[in-house]
Formats: sequence, C-alpha cells, structure tokens
Amino acid sequence: MRRVFSLWDSTVGKKIMMATTGVILIGFVVGHMIGNLKVYQGADAFNHYAEGLRTVGEPFFGSGQLLWIIRIVLLAAVGIHILAAVQLVMRSRKARAIGYRKYEGDMVFSYASRTMTWGGLIILGFVVYHLMHLTFGNAHPDFVHGNAYHNFVTGFQSWPVSIAYILTMIPLGFHLYHGFWSMLQTFGATNPKMNHVRRPIAAALAGVVVLGNISFPVAVLAGLVGY
Amino acid sequence: MELNSRIPAGPVDEKWSRHRFEMKLVNPANKRKHKVIVVGSGLAGAAASATMAELGYDVDCFCFQDSPRRAHSIAAQGGINAAKNYQADGDSVQRLFYDTVKGGDFRAREANVHRLAEISLNIIDQCVAQGVPFAREYGGNLANRSFGGAQVSRTFYARGQTGQQLLLGAYQALEKEVRSGKVRMHTRHEMLDLVLIDGRARGIVTRDLMNGAIESWAADAVVLATGGYSNVFFLSTNAKGCNVTAIWRAHRRGAGFANPCFTQIHPTCIPPSGDYQSKLTLMSESLRNDGRIWVPVKQGDTRPPKDIPEAERDYYLERHYPSFGNLAPRDIASRRAKEAVDEGRGVGPSGVGVYLDFRDSIGRLGRDVIAERYGNLFDMYANITGENPYEVPMRIYPAPHYTMGGLWVDYNLMSTVPGLHVAGEANFSDHGANRLGASALMQGLADGYFILPLTIGDYIARMKPDDVDTSHPAFADVEREVREQAERLLSINGSRTVNDFHRELGALMWEYCGMARSEEGLRTALRKIPELREQFWRDVRVPGGAATLNQSLEHAGRVADFLEFAELMCYDALDRDESCGGHFRVEHETAEGEARRDDERFAHASVWEFTGVGNTPKKHREELTFESVQLAQRSYK
Amino acid sequence: MKLKLHVWRQNGPGNEGRFEDYVAENVSEHMSFLEMLDVVNEQLIARGDEPIAFDHDCREGICGSCGFMINGEPHGPLPSTTVCQLHMRNYRDGDELWIEPWRATAFPVIRDLIVDRSPLDRIVQAGGYISVRTGSAPEANNIAVPKANADLAMDAAECIACGACVAACPNASAMLFTGAKVTHLGALPQGQPERYTRVVEMVTMHDDEGFGHCTNHGACQTACPKNIKVDYIGRLNADLRKAKFRHPAG
Ligand SMILES: Cc1cc2nc3c(=O)[nH]c(=O)nc-3n(C[C@H](O)[C@H](O)[C@H](O)COP(=O)(O)OP(=O)(O)OC[C@H]3O[C@@H](n4cnc5c(N)ncnc54)[C@H](O)[C@@H]3O)c2cc1C
Ligand code: FES
Repeated sequence: MRRVFSLWDSTVGKKIMMATTGVILIGFVVGHMIGNLKVYQGADAFNHYAEGLRTVGEPFFGSGQLLWIIRIVLLAAVGIHILAAVQLVMRSRKARAIGYRKYEGDMVFSYASRTMTWGGLIILGFVVYHLMHLTFGNAHPDFVHGNAYHNFVTGFQSWPVSIAYILTMIPLGFHLYHGFWSMLQTFGATNPKMNHVRRPIAAALAGVVVLGNISFPVAVLAGLVGY
Repeated sequence: MELNSRIPAGPVDEKWSRHRFEMKLVNPANKRKHKVIVVGSGLAGAAASATMAELGYDVDCFCFQDSPRRAHSIAAQGGINAAKNYQADGDSVQRLFYDTVKGGDFRAREANVHRLAEISLNIIDQCVAQGVPFAREYGGNLANRSFGGAQVSRTFYARGQTGQQLLLGAYQALEKEVRSGKVRMHTRHEMLDLVLIDGRARGIVTRDLMNGAIESWAADAVVLATGGYSNVFFLSTNAKGCNVTAIWRAHRRGAGFANPCFTQIHPTCIPPSGDYQSKLTLMSESLRNDGRIWVPVKQGDTRPPKDIPEAERDYYLERHYPSFGNLAPRDIASRRAKEAVDEGRGVGPSGVGVYLDFRDSIGRLGRDVIAERYGNLFDMYANITGENPYEVPMRIYPAPHYTMGGLWVDYNLMSTVPGLHVAGEANFSDHGANRLGASALMQGLADGYFILPLTIGDYIARMKPDDVDTSHPAFADVEREVREQAERLLSINGSRTVNDFHRELGALMWEYCGMARSEEGLRTALRKIPELREQFWRDVRVPGGAATLNQSLEHAGRVADFLEFAELMCYDALDRDESCGGHFRVEHETAEGEARRDDERFAHASVWEFTGVGNTPKKHREELTFESVQLAQRSYK
Repeated sequence: MKLKLHVWRQNGPGNEGRFEDYVAENVSEHMSFLEMLDVVNEQLIARGDEPIAFDHDCREGICGSCGFMINGEPHGPLPSTTVCQLHMRNYRDGDELWIEPWRATAFPVIRDLIVDRSPLDRIVQAGGYISVRTGSAPEANNIAVPKANADLAMDAAECIACGACVAACPNASAMLFTGAKVTHLGALPQGQPERYTRVVEMVTMHDDEGFGHCTNHGACQTACPKNIKVDYIGRLNADLRKAKFRHPAG
C-alpha cells in the first residue's frame, strides 16, 4: 500500500494510477457493450442477462453482492481516475502560467489527445445521465423496474435521447483511443516490435466499442429491436 | 619571467610514473579545506572539476553559458584518439607519441606528448564506464576509424557527435558533484580578471551575466580551462562565445603566452555566403576520402560546374601531391585552396571557395553508398547552402579552427604565475605547431581527468596555509578596474557596433596573419591593429546598462581583449621567421611550396611577457630538445 | 526579402513584457534565422535601441543554447532543425513572424527571448549520471555492449537540452528530456546498478521543478530538433513502475 501511495507522489505515478483505473474502466465499457448485444436475441434473453448480473457469483456471493463489489470497484476507479486527472490538469495549468500569443503545439498530434479533458467531462456527465436513465429510471419517462428490455426499447424510441447517446459515443471513442494508447505508453509497453501496431489496436478497440454502442439506439429507431 | 618546465628526469616513458611518485600529496582530511577555482566547463574544465571534487577539494566552477554542457567542446565531431590498438594494426603508445610530435612539426615538448599518449588509454576506459555511447562493432566491442591521415585506426567516435558525448560524460560527473555539494557551479558568469596576492594566483573577478554583478572569488589555486581563441578571426568554426579574455587577462597579470601564432586552419568548411555571415561551419574532413577537390583552370570562370569539361578542371591537390592527393594534411590543403582563390580561380557567388566534387565517387560507388557514408553531412550542407551536393559539387573553403598557442605551462600544467594552472585548448598544449585530428579531445580530457587533479595537489601541498579571502584589498582593486572598464565601454556611445569592429579585426587578421603570413603583411597588421584599437575605444557603441543582462557589453569586453591580443599574435608570427605546422611564412617555403622549418633558430617555444598595451612584448624561450624522436622534414609528396 | 517581426521584449525576470514590431529588410535567403536577427540588432543599436537578447553559441545545432518560438512552433517550422540552423529560404517575402520565448513556469524569462533552463541541469544532478571515480574504470573492452544497445543509447543521448520539448508540450512537461537521459543510461550495462534509483530521483526532481506531466500528446517529439522519441518516455515509465514495485530502494 505504501508503494501505491508513493506512486501518487509523482506525476508519472499518478499517470500509472490513471492508466490502471483506465484499464478497469475499459474492461467495463467493453463488457457492457458485449453484454448489451443480448438485446438482439430478444426480450427474454436480455432480461435474463440483466437479472443474471445480480446473481453473478452465486452461490459464493449472495444475490447482488458481487454486483455491488463490482460497482464499488468501478466507482473507486472512476473516482481515482478523475482525481488524478484533475490534479494533473491543475498542475499543467500551473506549469505554463503564461501562455503563448501563438501556439501550434495543439495542431501537431492527434485530435484525441488534446480533447481528453473535455471528452472526459462529457463522458462523466453522460454516465450520470445514463445511470438515471436506464439504471435508476428517474430520467426515464416510462421506467419499469425489472424489465430492462422494455426500458431499453422505450428509452431509445425517443429521437432526442438516441441522438444524445450517439453523439456522446464520439468523445468516448476518442477518449478510448487515446486512453488505450496512452495506457500502453504509461505502462512502458514500448517494445519496438509492437510500436507500429499500438495505434491501430487502440483505434480498433475504440471503433468496436463505439460501433457496438451506436448500433443499439439505431436498431431501436430502425425498428430492428422492439416488440 | 622564469621558465622552468619541471620535466622529470629519466627516460621519456618513465617520466610520468616517476613524477607521480615524487609529487607531494595533500592529506585527505585537509583536502576539503582547499578551494580550487576552475574557469571553464568544457572537456578540460568539467573533467578537472569533477575529479578534483571526487578527490575531496572544494571546487568553484565557472562558465559563461547557461549550462556547463554547452561549452564549445560539445561541437567536436570527428573523434578522440587513443593508442588502444584494438584493431591490432600496429598502434602503440610509442606510435601515438611519435605521430603527435611529428604532426606538431617538432614544436612540442616530448615529455608532455608521451604522457598524453600514455593517458589516452585511461581516457577511453573512463568514458566508457561513464556511459559514453561510443560506436560499437556487432560483436559488442568498441569500433575505431582512421582519422586525419593517421595510418592506424585509433580514433574512437560516437557518430558525428564525439565531443558532445564526451562532454556529456564529464558534465554528468560534474553535476553529480554539484549535487553532493563539492562543486558550486556558477553558470552565466564570465571571468574578467585574475587576482594575484604575493605573486600567486589567489582568485578571480567575475561578472554575473544575468544581472551584471561584479563578484570576487578566492581560492588556493586557479585553473583556466577556457578554450581557444580562433575567434580573433571573427569568422571561425568556434562557437560565438569563444574568447581570449580569461587567458589574456591572466597574461596581463604576468602569465607567459606561448606561441600565439600557432593557429590551425581547417580545410573543409562551408564558405561564407555574405557579409552578414556570423560563423563558419565545419564539414567533416572525412569527406575528402571520397570527394575530389578542384577549381577551373581559367580565371574568373563562372560557368556552372557541370559545364566545365574535364580538361578545364584543375584537381590541384592530386596534381601537386600525387601520392596523398585529396588527403594532403590540413595546412597544405588549406593553403592550396587559398592560392587558387587568390589566383582568381575561386568558385561560388563570392569567388571564395573551391569545389569538393562527389561526381566520380557517386559514379563509381553509387549514390546509396555515398548517402550511407555522408548522408547527414550532405543534408547539413544542403540545409545551409540550399544546394544539393549529390547533384552539384560542394563548395568548401578553409576556416580558422583551433589554436595550438596558449598560456605557457610547465609539466604540472602551471603557468608562470604560481598557482595559475591552465588546461585544454587554453594552454600551449602538446600539439606543437599543428594539431592532429582527434587529439584535442584527448588532450582536454587527459589534462582534466588525469593530470591536473594530481599536479595541483603537489602545488597545494607545498603552500603555506593562510587565511586569504575576498576581503583582501587586492580583490577590491581588481573589482574596481573591472567595473571601470565596463563603465568606460558603456560611456563611449560612438557610432560603430561591437560586431563591426570584431568583423574588421577578423578580416585584418585573416588577411595578414591567417593561412600565409609575410613580414610585410605582419608589419602592416602591427600598424593597423593599434589604430583599430584606438578607434574602438573612441567610437564603439555599447547600448544598455551595466546592471542587466547585456550581450553587447559582454561582446565588447571580449573584442577589447582580442584587439590587444591580436597584436601579440602578429609579433609572434613576425618573430618566428620560419614556417612550421600551421604557421606558414611565405619567405620560408621549399621549392615545392611547402613549409620549411628552421630548427637551428626556432626549435623553441616562444613565450611572451606582457609589457603594457601597445608596447613590444618581451620574448623568452623554452628550448625544445628531442631525445626520443628524430627531427625530420615532413614530406607528403 | 522583407519580413514583419513581432518580438517579445522583456527587460528582466520580474518585468512586464510586450511584443514590439520590427521590419527586417534586405533579408537574404542564405542567412540563418539568427543572422537575420543579428542584422536587425545591428540596426537597433545604430538607432540607439537595445538589441534583442537571445541565447546562442555554437550556431551549429549542437550546443542547445538557441531556441524560441516562431509562429507558435519551437525552433520554427523545419523538422529536426534548431533555430540557428534554420535558414531564411524557408520564408517568403512579406511573411509575418511572432517570436516568443519558451513559456513554462519552470523556465522564467530572464530577458527578451532568454529563459532560465537551469532546472534541466538539476534533473541531471538528481541522477542523470553513472558513478565512476576517475581512474577506477575497468578496461573498456571488458564489457561488450550489444550494438543495438549502444545505438539506442546513442539515439537517446543526442538530446541537446534546448528545452523545445518543454516549450511545445501543452503541459510544459520535461518528460522527453528526462526520458532521454533515463533511456541513454539504462540501455547500457554500465548504467544498471543505479538504474532504478536514478529514475525515481530524476522524476521527483522533474516534478519538484514545476514541470507539468506528460499526457502522451507527442508535441515534444515533433518539436525536438534531435529526433528524440516519445518511446523513451515509455521506457522511463516502465522503469519507474519497476522501481516502485520490483526494485523499491526504500
Ligand atoms: C567544429 C569543431 C570540431 C572539432 N572536432 C574535433 C574532433 O573531432 N576531435 C578533437 O580532438 N578535437 C576537435 N575539435 C577541437 C576541440 O573541440 C576543442 O579543442 C576542445 O573541445 C576544447 O576544450 P576545452 O575544454 O579546452 O575548451 P572549451 O570546450 O572551449 O570550453 C571552454 C569553457 O570555458 C568557459 N569560458 C571561456 N571563457 C570564459 C570566461 N572568460 N569566463 C568564464 N568561463 C569562460 C566556457 O564557458 C566553456 O565552459 C573541434 C573543434 C571545433 C571547433
Ligand atoms: S546555437 Fe548551439 S544549438 Fe543553436
């Protein structure tokens, strides 16, 4: 534990923490997307899957217990990820207190890397909305507890909601793309033989997640998923 | 002025080990009580500071750049010699010794050169251990190349950045000692004078270049490792900041200046392109391995090179020196280029330059091979000139590059002022009248790592302890003089810039005391320099104040010293009525147009004593005796 | 050609600075950028003004003294080129140039275009060396170094500490500089004994000096005149992680 705390002391250490929590979050995002593909198998399969999440780990864990543990881990990961990000952003503001009259530094590398902060904030806002929308239901006009399929379909039948979901997938994609690549860099996974594939892999990962997620509202609106 | 070279007795190959045994040692517990000032953080200065700190001395190190890592040594490209004989091609300490004495045209001290050759072995070990990334063979062993006309491969190199890597090694060792508190590094500090107390060097006065503060520093011994003075020519391959100030000020305080006229001109530099030219860039000499040097046969031939037929090209080096051809030694190649230009056969827009043509080697070896060998040099050339050397021949011209002369030192590297030690290019060194390629780095590191830290102990051990510090009135006096000089420079407010004067002085020196010198020319220079100096002090304009960062003021102080020093250089060149190494007097050439030495009259180092600005300096001589090497005339026919 | 210059002028560390406008006339395409400024300076002095202060020494692209922003790019627009090696043929008649010092809290402006880069020396002091007492080194060829390692070490060692990486980085981070030294020494067998303490000490000093963190943006690599790669930052990161978990020195 002392080592973990001492990691927190340096900028590089903080980045390692960000990368570690990032891996957890990437894992979640990917799993979430794959799980949701069940929606294409119909209401029963999807509801069964949603219910199954609660009973995961039984009988070793009680109903919902493992899910809670996962939630806590995710929440902690999000917390650490954000805390490190905030501290680092403040630090970099301080590191260049006086800015340039003219600055081309932003133009040189990827759009993704310079939108990490903004993208992160948008994603954070989206996550809150998404939880209220499809998990807790308070932002859902027709929420039925226990019927995830119903909530899913009726939720996405609203054009504005679907468009909002689709649009936020763009910053998510960039965030994943740069985040994944950056994670490899931060872990120092810079084997020269692998270098040229690092970016393509990051792009593929981001692409798959984004396309998968976008397919849900699109499918609902197109009537492929419904009753 | 007494010249006691303190050469140890005994056979030349035993002198150094014998001397090391005979030197007095400072009690280790007392070392930290002894302060040493090192001015300069190039190879010599950084190595000396780091090593003396390791030994326990309390060191203050100074440089005028913003970091010790930027000393001019960083720019050395080619490599460093050492008699390791890794290539098993017959090299040995004895051969390196012999080559260096001969290469220096028999104007160096045998004992010093032998020591240098011995120490060359340790230098490589030391640098490798520090992590200097020398070139390696596939087997993992160190690689070598042959350099500067040597017949063995003894040059170690780190791509084209050997100086950089060696300096970074020394710099890192220095910074380690800074961290440990044993060295205080004073960057952006320029030494402006030396302070003597009871005839001994006891400190220096500096200007803090950030805020103009004039400060005093006291020590038991002072080391100058401030590099060479090629910038007396204004245009040279040296960094812009290189100057003569530290050693000139020491000379004014009594240190003998040896062989100031021994300067080296490098044959392969990119010619100046206009009157705004601020420095000249060296192109590695290795280019001469595959390039052919020529000028048009006809005078004033302005046709593009490709339109000049073979019969109308004069490959003058190949013509004059059939066996060495384009690889003739630096001084010969340089002089022949000047000759061609003086005849009106120079090339390029300014007519100052000769062709270095790769057409034939590209034809023979293919463009790829040439690109592999010289790709980065070709790129550099293209970047600077805007011409593509694969298509159009390069244009090159000689430029001042290195100065063999410097403050006279004895075998312990101590000048004629007790306590004042001089290392690296700043001393009159081991290169005699001409330095071989890749030997300056070797000498700087030998002085800094292996000689000075020991010999300075011998001096300190013999000192009577006292409590001199900067409260001694001598410091206040020198500080006042330094302040007055700055104020004087700032108050003239004339009409010409410092750069303008420097440029004029440089042109004058290049004309009369450059590659070829004549009695008449030198007398002209000796008339013109005092005039220019007088004009400078009447008409220079130095803007700004004394209490801020003021680059014009820095430059003005340096040019003021060059204006005094230049005269000494010409006196020495006039006095040395022979040709040897880099010093070529037109009156003394062989029938083939080569340098003719006069060993009867000039087998000595000329050591000059300062007698006041504008006065004729007083000459002393250190006779050179050659016991191990036979005096012989050089021939490259 | 004729150029319009907006140059940052500042009298001293604490002072307010401002942009001044100058016109550079009769600029030859063969001039280097610094020679162009020399000419402007000569004119400034002639008319009684103070010249523009900028650091420079070797003018060969190796000492690392020179460097400032030209139109928002460190060392100007040419890749792998310091400003002393940048030639005016890269500009056109009538161009307008904004010339600014490096901007980083760790690099306070001393005057005009000159900044204080001493934090880079202190990062080296913290551990950027291999400890070896002079004269105690073993015979050089006793330790063979695979050519690949020697080449990697050399690639990383080419850094000239000009500070362009810091200037370019949106976070004003000096990680490229630090990573290059960690990589150089870590690639060699001689550098192993101090490898893990070195990285911790250097990173700590880097942070203490007030540099920002690396967001893997890559602007440093684009700006670097010596082609130092962001991969070296990855190596530094890996070494730091190992230092903390596998080789903690306490
Ligand atoms: C382009 C070029 C290429 C070269 N290539 C080679 C090569 O391949 N092989 C080789 O052997 N040699 C080469 N040389 C020669 C060699 O680089 C130098 O002779 C050598 O580096 C000089 O080292 P030094 O330590 O004596 O002085 P420098 O490295 O010049 O250091 C001088 C130091 O003194 C300081 N200083 C000077 N004056 C003052 C003052 N008044 N106050 C305070 N500080 C002061 C400076 O700040 C600097 O730190 C080359 C030279 C040039 C110009
Ligand atoms: S002046 Fe040395 S790198 Fe530009």
